[in-house]
Amino acid sequence: MDVTNSDNILEQVTTSEYKYGFYTDIENDMAPVGLNESTVRLISAKKLEPEWMLEFRLKAFRHWQSLQEPEWAHIHYPKINYQDIIYYAAPKKKKELASLDEVDPELLETFNKLGISLDEQKMLSGVAVDAVIDSVSVKTTFQDTLARHGIIFCSFSEAVREHPELIKKFMGSVVPYTDNYFAALNSAVFSDGSFCYIPEGVRCPLELSTYFRINAANTGQFERTLIVAEKGSYVSYMEGCTAPQRDENQLHAAIVEIIAMDDAEVKYSTVQNWYPGDKEGKGGVYNFVTKRGLCKGKRSKIAWTQVETGSAITWKYPSCVLMGDNSIGEFYSVAVTNNYQQADTGTKMIHIGKNTRSTIISKGISAGKSNNSYRGLVKILSGATNSRNFSQCDSLLLGDKCGAHTFPYIEAKNESSIIEHEATTSKISEDQLFYCNQRGIDTEKAIGLIVNGYAKEVLNKLPMEFAVEAQKLLAITLEGSVG
Amino acid sequence: MLLNIKNLHVEIDGKEIIKGLNLGVNKGEVHAIMGPNGTGKSTLAAAITGREGYDITEGEIWFKGTNIIEMDPDERANLGIFLSFQYPVEIPGVSMTNFMRTAINAKREYNGQPTIPAGEFLKMMEEKKNLVEIHSKLTNRSVNEGFSGGEKKRNEIFQMAMLEPSLAILDETDSGLDIDALKVVAKGVNQLRSQENAFVIITHYQRLLDYIIPDFVHVLYDGKIVKTGGKNLALELEAKGYEWIKEQQFV
Amino acid sequence: MKTQETDQFIGLEELLIHQFETHSELLTANDTPKVKALRLKHFDAFRTKGFPDSSQEKWRFTEIETALDQEFKHVIKEVKTDRNIEELFRCEVHNFKSEIISVLNGWYHSEKGDLFTNDEGVIYGSLKAAKLAYPGLFDTYFGEIAHSENNSFVDLNTAMAQDGVFIYVPAGIEASKTLQIIKMIDLNENIFVQNRQLIILEANSKLSLMHCDDSINHHSSLVNTVTEVFVGENAHFELYKLQNLNDASGLINSTFVRQAAGSTIKTNTLTFNCGLIRNNIEVSLNGKGAHADVLGLYLMDKQQHVDNQIRILHNEPNCTSNELFKGILDDEASAVFNGYIYVKKDAQKTNAYQNNKNILLKPTATINTMPFLEIYADDVKCSHGATIGQLDQEAMFYLRSRGISQSNARLLLMYAFAADVINSISIEGLKTRIDDMVKKRLRGELSVCEKCVLHCGSPEKEYHFDIDLSKL
Repeated sequence: MDVTNSDNILEQVTTSEYKYGFYTDIENDMAPVGLNESTVRLISAKKLEPEWMLEFRLKAFRHWQSLQEPEWAHIHYPKINYQDIIYYAAPKKKKELASLDEVDPELLETFNKLGISLDEQKMLSGVAVDAVIDSVSVKTTFQDTLARHGIIFCSFSEAVREHPELIKKFMGSVVPYTDNYFAALNSAVFSDGSFCYIPEGVRCPLELSTYFRINAANTGQFERTLIVAEKGSYVSYMEGCTAPQRDENQLHAAIVEIIAMDDAEVKYSTVQNWYPGDKEGKGGVYNFVTKRGLCKGKRSKIAWTQVETGSAITWKYPSCVLMGDNSIGEFYSVAVTNNYQQADTGTKMIHIGKNTRSTIISKGISAGKSNNSYRGLVKILSGATNSRNFSQCDSLLLGDKCGAHTFPYIEAKNESSIIEHEATTSKISEDQLFYCNQRGIDTEKAIGLIVNGYAKEVLNKLPMEFAVEAQKLLAITLEGSVG
Repeated sequence: MLLNIKNLHVEIDGKEIIKGLNLGVNKGEVHAIMGPNGTGKSTLAAAITGREGYDITEGEIWFKGTNIIEMDPDERANLGIFLSFQYPVEIPGVSMTNFMRTAINAKREYNGQPTIPAGEFLKMMEEKKNLVEIHSKLTNRSVNEGFSGGEKKRNEIFQMAMLEPSLAILDETDSGLDIDALKVVAKGVNQLRSQENAFVIITHYQRLLDYIIPDFVHVLYDGKIVKTGGKNLALELEAKGYEWIKEQQFV
Repeated sequence: MKTQETDQFIGLEELLIHQFETHSELLTANDTPKVKALRLKHFDAFRTKGFPDSSQEKWRFTEIETALDQEFKHVIKEVKTDRNIEELFRCEVHNFKSEIISVLNGWYHSEKGDLFTNDEGVIYGSLKAAKLAYPGLFDTYFGEIAHSENNSFVDLNTAMAQDGVFIYVPAGIEASKTLQIIKMIDLNENIFVQNRQLIILEANSKLSLMHCDDSINHHSSLVNTVTEVFVGENAHFELYKLQNLNDASGLINSTFVRQAAGSTIKTNTLTFNCGLIRNNIEVSLNGKGAHADVLGLYLMDKQQHVDNQIRILHNEPNCTSNELFKGILDDEASAVFNGYIYVKKDAQKTNAYQNNKNILLKPTATINTMPFLEIYADDVKCSHGATIGQLDQEAMFYLRSRGISQSNARLLLMYAFAADVINSISIEGLKTRIDDMVKKRLRGELSVCEKCVLHCGSPEKEYHFDIDLSKL
């Protein structure tokens, strides 16, 4: 096979279409365009929030006004006009929902199309879902089953009303509104999200899952997720996201906070597939997300696994603050960028407690004219004796018009700790492609196979239900099918 | 004729390696191609299978009645050409199972057949594994990753058994094998021999031909077949060395 | 505010700006129009930017403010000294032939004359003299690659440096003798010095250069050196930088190298002692098939600080680079490593390797390492690694179980850690001497010698381990 032919196939493989780009025509309740104190007050009022919540929002908003948008990431985009965005959009409710029958059928259809059934009877057993469309949670499934174990899994708004003491105690304790520009913005205008509380000693029997979708035009999505795992508890949490195909860019600025007490373990998995924009780089979601877990207790463990295939721009660093002695932080990531996508993603592992351990496995895949950066911080503070970190950051380049970058920051203030960082950058070898071809596998399928093999270490960390979806997603992003 | 190569000229980076080669292979035949290092044996295998960078400047390769020189390598494979690689490449993270199923389904799709049912596929894997005495849990391992030299070669023959090609080219399959592994490989090949398929065995030494008896032996020298004979030619070569061929060339 | 440069401290930045404004005629007196324009441009840049500070990303871990916050004298007129340089300094490294180029307090200082052509045909001497003697050559090269992005010390240097070293190796000349630049600071005052070096290797030439930074007394000094090196087609250049100054001194070294096709370079930055060191090294691989080895070793203790900023720019295809920096940090010493490999679009078949390894000996020592890769071509092999750890406890136990004392075992392991950087020194006599210096440094016996960094004045103090290292 000649070079041009191989390039052509690579071209085809790397330019397939986004399959979740449809738009659902549902009636929306929207805030006016723009952001000022009255927008914040309006959101709070719409959600019938208590005074303390409004206060929190206003403080965050005032702080946000004092900040500059960060520019240090390896990403380029036109300045966002924060006054051009609608900060609140909710599917209009006819009345309070008592059962699934009352969910807008259009909405149900939307989720069915996405392959997410909100009907508990038809669902994969073992997964409870909180579905968030635009700004609000539309349905949380299996709440009763979970309640029997004392687990709270509900929308954030519901939690503010029903469990104010927990929200007051934990909200902002891991990601304060002062943390960064987008965290401040989220804290001011967040509209909904999920809340999850696992009581002491409980092993959550179901995979918990939140499904996010941006639907309405010109809207931003600002959800926040808070997960609290009490002593000795365990939960596996999954998050998926999609958005319709639109010409304009949409802003998504979320916050995820996780707190793990002594011996608790939280697994947080993300399959991020926001609309990435078209082949010319028009449209797509700006995904500016702050995710952080606090290993507060001894021997606690937080593991982030992410498969990032969507968004025009991704700016996120799911992090672990390892405060408790012997606590463990893990980060497994596959980030695929294609066409004009830009990703600047990675993690931060802050070692504070003794004997803390962290592992970072990052696999970047760049195609088209995209840029894919790993940016990560490993920080060992002086009290973190005998801490260990291992990082492996690999990049795979498909084609000669894309970029793959690695920006690790390693700071050590403790002589008894060991830190190892390795990284490689390569392309799919001609030998591997020819080997597959010789066995009758065409180049398109071969690339899919090899890329999935390359990402396997990370894909294996995903819960089963997600792994299949993630593999398919890699396939869709890069090719027609995967064997 | 299954394979008919006419006046083949092949260049690598502008340098001519194969210089007018002719070779005809019928169904049911085993051909051995022998020759000193650097005479174009592996280049011939690459040209037949369509490897990038091997430019056919003149000549034709007819396979099953079609001149295949413009075909992509995967199409040639699906048409029934199999190459057992001299140095099989490792593909990390891709399991043998997944790899084989993809390959078999590609062939089925090419032939307009439905994909292979999982049960049938697994049964086939077990069956063919026994043929080359692979006992390890091949299914869990990545393609060639961490395989020993002998395992890699056995894995090649295993894939050949799975894909049932009409023409199998074995490129230096005996290199780096100990005598036991060699016997296993030869046994596998002999079991797969039939009146419906053919083999081209590329080798430097005669050793493998003790176990896989060829119908024809060709001596490749300086890009051309300079001598053709029966299995005894291999023995003669072994006894007299390639210098003998070289001398004959200059006489 | 006082108005004369010799007068009282008015803040270093203000002093420098004031000096330039009042003495611009003196500073630009011997300049070609191009050099003069460069001076003015960079002065404007410095006036706008001022000194870098630790709020800037690239200076985040180096407290340059503290180093600058001292009373410094900044001399713009050469202070003539009667001191005999031969008496002040003598280099007696055994089995190591070198020709010495001395620079005293920022001014070229030699009895050989301002410009000298040695018996191999290498021309070297004062930068100031070279500007007058070779204006054409000067205009072609000077200021071409030294840029001041994230580093306004280059602005300051370009604006104010008046002298330094010039080396020119004409095409085809393969110098067998090593040139050795000795930079001494000897003034009974705290002094801030601008040094400029221009090194040109034409096609198919060869040169090895040692660059020693010394302080002779115990006054505080701050030396700001900018070096530009041009390596022609198929030329070969080696640079050994020895940094051994007193704890009160600061060193800002900015080295820019531009390589043409088929050229090879090796730089080895050996840091043994100094209050604060910042090494900026930028290598541009601008021709096909060029190769660069960029190595470094830092052994720091007390409150010393070293910051290595290494940029390797692969601008053309088929180039290779190999970067290895190793460091051992004791006491409250701190180190920064920021490696950066850049592979330009279409710089295919690049092979780049980057590694930074560190050992911390005390809980109070700090390392910040940032090994970056930025890659825009797909047919490349790039890898990097960074490790931070301590001496291998298992190896330690193994050695002790063979009867080796704990302190000796420690030394041995540290020495073994440093060995691959030392072994890459291709000048045999120098390697032996450096090897000895490393052993002494690890044992705490190396201090700033009265003579020079190489401590050849006291060969009897040569250090031996209890057991033969070569057998390990």
